[in-house]
Amino acid sequence: MNQDSNARAASLLTTAASISAAKGKSLRTYALGKNLKSAFIASVITIVLTTPVLGLQLKMISYKVVLEQHWMPVWLAAAAVFVFQIFRPLWLVNRSAIKFPSVPELNAHRQKAIVQALLVLGLIFPFFASRGSVDVGTIALIYIILGLGLNIVVGYAGLLDLGYVGFYAVGGYTYALLNQHFGLSFWQCLPVAALVASIFGFVLGFPVLRLRGDYLAIVTLGFGEIIRLLLNNATSVTGGPDGISGIPKPTFFGIEFARKASEEGTETFHQILGIDYSGTHMVVFLYLVALALVAFTLFVTSRLIRMPVGRAWEALREDETACRSLALNPTKIKLSAFTLGAAIAGLAGAFFAARQGLVNPESFTFIESALILAVVVLGGMGSQLGVVLAAILLTVLPEVARGFDEYRMLIFGLVMVLMMIWRPQGLLPASRPHVELPK
Amino acid sequence: MTKNLLEVSNLQMRFGGLLAVDQINFSVRKSEVFSIIGPNGAGKTTVFNCVSGFYKPATGSVVLDGVRIEGLPSHAVAEKGLVRTFQNIRLFKDLTVLENLLVAQHSQIKTGLLHGLFATPSYRKAEHEALKNAAAWLHRLGLTSVANRGAGTLPYGHQRLVEIARCMITKPRLLMLDEPAAGLNPQEKIELAKLIDSLRTDFGISVLLIEHDMSLVMEISDRILVMEYGRAIATGFPLEIQNDPRVIKAYLGEE
Repeated sequence: MNQDSNARAASLLTTAASISAAKGKSLRTYALGKNLKSAFIASVITIVLTTPVLGLQLKMISYKVVLEQHWMPVWLAAAAVFVFQIFRPLWLVNRSAIKFPSVPELNAHRQKAIVQALLVLGLIFPFFASRGSVDVGTIALIYIILGLGLNIVVGYAGLLDLGYVGFYAVGGYTYALLNQHFGLSFWQCLPVAALVASIFGFVLGFPVLRLRGDYLAIVTLGFGEIIRLLLNNATSVTGGPDGISGIPKPTFFGIEFARKASEEGTETFHQILGIDYSGTHMVVFLYLVALALVAFTLFVTSRLIRMPVGRAWEALREDETACRSLALNPTKIKLSAFTLGAAIAGLAGAFFAARQGLVNPESFTFIESALILAVVVLGGMGSQLGVVLAAILLTVLPEVARGFDEYRMLIFGLVMVLMMIWRPQGLLPASRPHVELPK
Repeated sequence: MTKNLLEVSNLQMRFGGLLAVDQINFSVRKSEVFSIIGPNGAGKTTVFNCVSGFYKPATGSVVLDGVRIEGLPSHAVAEKGLVRTFQNIRLFKDLTVLENLLVAQHSQIKTGLLHGLFATPSYRKAEHEALKNAAAWLHRLGLTSVANRGAGTLPYGHQRLVEIARCMITKPRLLMLDEPAAGLNPQEKIELAKLIDSLRTDFGISVLLIEHDMSLVMEISDRILVMEYGRAIATGFPLEIQNDPRVIKAYLGEE
């Protein structure tokens, strides 16, 4: 089949050559010639790009690594690209006929109602779902918290922060270290983690917030990396690349979810209820704690945006000069966004540490920041419902696609590209709760 | 003699080798409308930017009610009661008209973060107060019907009015208007003149005005400063200015 298409490509190519030799008598043929040229170039690029991925494969044959050649997929890919490029102008002409399904416009009230409905649904979900899906749900909830936090910084205040994961790490390590050295419990550490992360946000924010746009993005990226490198290298404090392990899970008002109590004389969850021990209890409990944190974050962020400080963030995002002329101090306002965003990342970090039972710098790489940013952008900047949906999509999708094995990240990427073509303004663009004039 | 609200002396501003503003001296009295006129590029807006803290003047002093303000950041200057509009309107376009007026009251609303989070009575009272203020200003300027519309969707004339309302709601002592009549139709210009006059009489504020529309300037100004090539060429009452040979030369060229 590929030989067929190759032959056709070759014949088309000769036609193209003759056409260009004829020096384009009519505009149509000229366009076709140009089209053929670009199609040819595109398929050559395809061959170059796909050869290492599809064409050459390493195989282990009894302790020996052998390089196998598979040219068929490469030719197929090149042919597919070539055909697509040839017919692309036709597609472009008829593009108005191809329409992506539209998402209904939702006003702020509807969005709020949907968020509340989702919360209720989220509350019921773990009691009917499998242990694995509850686990994935918990991860999704962590990303919702992170997305909502970053949404304050990027969505509301318009500050592109690429080092957000740094504050997430600070939250996680705060709990891990406080627990290791002082034996403090999860619930004691949760507010402390938020506070410490916000202090980091404040201190790091202070020098960089004079910068705008791209410059701010680069510097925050640097800070995120600095925090990670610090954790990696301050071995005596943070345990270096090994991190800190043995972090206890949260308790339910002092009740543990273990098979046996860690202290003599106390009873664990299943003993008190008189039921058999099951690992699922812990998983469901963690999920519910995450859900409570999401509800808390939703409450805080939706209040913040209605408050003077929230209005100031949006005003600042729109016009910093006008803000200054109205006695709004831009540095203060940006710092408040940065600090509050960091505090929320701290909460998520402490929960993450408790869930994993282990923190190490590997969990806080730049790709994590990028993923959280993708949640915010994909959801629609400044939109709470959008962030919630995008976080669910971006965490559940890779799990669903697990069956596709090594292609799953490819699918993930493809979905993101298609999403951005379909809705460049995000899944659900923000529709702000407007203040109305009292009648 | 009435006391001077604003005193600008020996103001000088350089951009690299260019001397944009040189040796400018003027003062604005309380409840006075003071205009700066001059051909394009004379340095009027540069003077504005120096006074309002957007530029740091090379030399010279700006004194507002006895306090030196030159070199202060612009938001600090605004907090002292000196607010300005811009030549190209700078509304928060995606916010509603009402929200524009609420944002402007930011530095007056002193509620803590926790008050806001838990919507305490003091927070709610402050918010209500802010809304009432905004409603009053919208009513005064006849903008009540567009209060909940996006500020960017309003017609040009209305946007100018919103910008003035947004300044006035900060309770300024000196209002600086940079070409407020630009782009307005004759009827709107007449209304603008009335508005500026009423703001002065009702609130006792001083107005510093940059404007190209001569009939408007001559009608509402108490005194006028004429600039050309960054220098002051004349200061005086409207009638004096109209008959000043240097001013006529600057505007019409030499015969």
